[in-house]
Amino acid sequence: MKAVLLQGNEACAKGALAAGCRFYAGYPITPSSEIMEVMAREVPRLGGVFIQMEDESASLGAVIGASLAGVKSMTATSGPGFSVMQEHIGFACMTEVPCVIVDVMRGGPSTGLATQPSQADVMQARWGTHGDHPIIVLAPSSVQECFELTAKAFNLAERYRTPVIVITDAIVGQMREEVTLPEADMEIEVRPQPTVPPEEFVPYDDPGNCVPAMPAFGDGYRYHVTGLYHDVHGFPTTQSGEIDFLIRRLFSKICQASQHLQWFDSWYENSETMVIAYGCVARSALRAVREVREKGLDVGLTKLKVLWPFMDATISGVLDNCRRVLVPEMNFGQISREVERVNQGRCEILTLNKVDGTALTPPEIVRKLEEIHS
Amino acid sequence: MKHEEHPMRKYLRPNKKMPTIWCSGCGIGIFVQSLVRAIDRIGYSKDDVVMVSGIGCSSRIPIYLDFNTLHTTHGRALTFATGVKLARPHLKVITIMGDGDAVAIGGNHLIHAAKRNVEISAFVINNHVYGMTGGQCSPTTPYGLKTTTSPYGNREAAFDVARVVEAAGAAFVGRATVYHTPLLDRLTEAALRKKGFAMVEVIAQCVTYSGRWMGLASPAEMMTWQRDNSVRVERAKEMSETELAGKMVIGVLTDRERPTYNEEYNELLAEESKV
Repeated sequence: MKAVLLQGNEACAKGALAAGCRFYAGYPITPSSEIMEVMAREVPRLGGVFIQMEDESASLGAVIGASLAGVKSMTATSGPGFSVMQEHIGFACMTEVPCVIVDVMRGGPSTGLATQPSQADVMQARWGTHGDHPIIVLAPSSVQECFELTAKAFNLAERYRTPVIVITDAIVGQMREEVTLPEADMEIEVRPQPTVPPEEFVPYDDPGNCVPAMPAFGDGYRYHVTGLYHDVHGFPTTQSGEIDFLIRRLFSKICQASQHLQWFDSWYENSETMVIAYGCVARSALRAVREVREKGLDVGLTKLKVLWPFMDATISGVLDNCRRVLVPEMNFGQISREVERVNQGRCEILTLNKVDGTALTPPEIVRKLEEIHS
Repeated sequence: MKHEEHPMRKYLRPNKKMPTIWCSGCGIGIFVQSLVRAIDRIGYSKDDVVMVSGIGCSSRIPIYLDFNTLHTTHGRALTFATGVKLARPHLKVITIMGDGDAVAIGGNHLIHAAKRNVEISAFVINNHVYGMTGGQCSPTTPYGLKTTTSPYGNREAAFDVARVVEAAGAAFVGRATVYHTPLLDRLTEAALRKKGFAMVEVIAQCVTYSGRWMGLASPAEMMTWQRDNSVRVERAKEMSETELAGKMVIGVLTDRERPTYNEEYNELLAEESKV
């Protein structure tokens, strides 16, 4: 293990490279551009491909094309660009093409706040593209986690054949911290490969775990890829049975993944009041929790590293063992509503929402916790 | 009588149900034949061909053909094709788009693909109308034509796709109609063989819609219209602008040598490895 000083965005890029990413297509946007700049420098040195595209839609299109040709691929952006990418996120979900998208959140809507943080893209990451679709979204809250979760995003994308979104924010993306990078090669996963000869290959059948094998273009398995509903052979269909089979398999795939995606950190579990936070707010929350505990308040913290699929099992466990929950967020309450959904009246759910383009600070969370306990 | 298989049958998918979605008399089928004949003449392995399309009638072509095929989003086929070609450069990447697809919603991607000179053979099937959605006005709809979305006549000038792509830097630009099949065959093969971004605009009839709007009742009338309104590029050079008004100039419009994006990128990699 070696310790280095890195910026969050740089760590995302390094995590991607460590996981085997060798194709980057992107379009510059604040506050994510450093990811692109690091990739522009490093990817060619590793013999991979870096290309600056004409917009974010083109970027994700090229990423999906490269992934279909067998290369681990990614792009990064921020709110306005994330909006432009939504069409192709849906395409990657429907065609089950592994890829990673980093969204460094800034204030919105629209051009919003180019240089200031927010957590307002949480629901967009879940539902931004049209139509019912499953998605995996990871949320780092430190530079170390930017590295680790981006690397893991590639493994999940490959294992489940799905786009994976890493959602950070202008604070986590721009800050510098000491990071410990794994010296030896980390565990790296690759997409499942066919075990039958091309003439027997059925590209979109369910092999039992809902994740069909994915040969690359040029490997001798010629098949059709389309964003239309398709039958097991990949050809467009309007048959209700085939439509139902496909969409249910896509959802089952990520539902199964959800069992293995209960990733969180906890401090002072089973406290009377539990704070549930993610991203940059989890950092302020930890300091606030430590401060109020010194004053004798029984408060703990659960920090979420996976936002979607929502960790119902983890949250349910938290709710079973506390009296109330505080969900501080830099939006009008996007995760707090999910907590409410899981809660079903068990505990009191409180929110603390900051939407003015500045960080939710430890004193603000301390004040709220003291108010709750007064 | 001995049953003989059509010589191009081997390029059709064995497990895809027919018929195609195209209307009787549609011009797309003529282009499909031209394309597979050119692929056959060149002798590409089917495993090495990647065919990428957008959305529209012509973008359904790859479904029926036995290659690595990718039916993408409206207007953005070239972005996917760019990713495939750069990630696995030995593959022969072909894109098929319609006029609304390539020129309206995908116009910026078309310009940038030409500018980058990525080695992609792009075919823009221009039937002057949005066929799949019901005959709406497209960027190449002739001035004055009444369509479902220009009920009082189209008040915009038609886009000259070939000139735009030429200006953006494509290595090869050609235009043919499906009436001029020998020319179409030659241009298709030349575009496939070209090192760099090659675009052929293929004028094809939409019998169901543009034919109806243009007052041309049958496929034969539409193809006669193609014949009567086309001028070979060699002859066009000797004609005045007035004489050329409303005519389609067909033939090889541009054929030039420019380093491809792949060549530029390989050079960059070679220089970087020396550092």
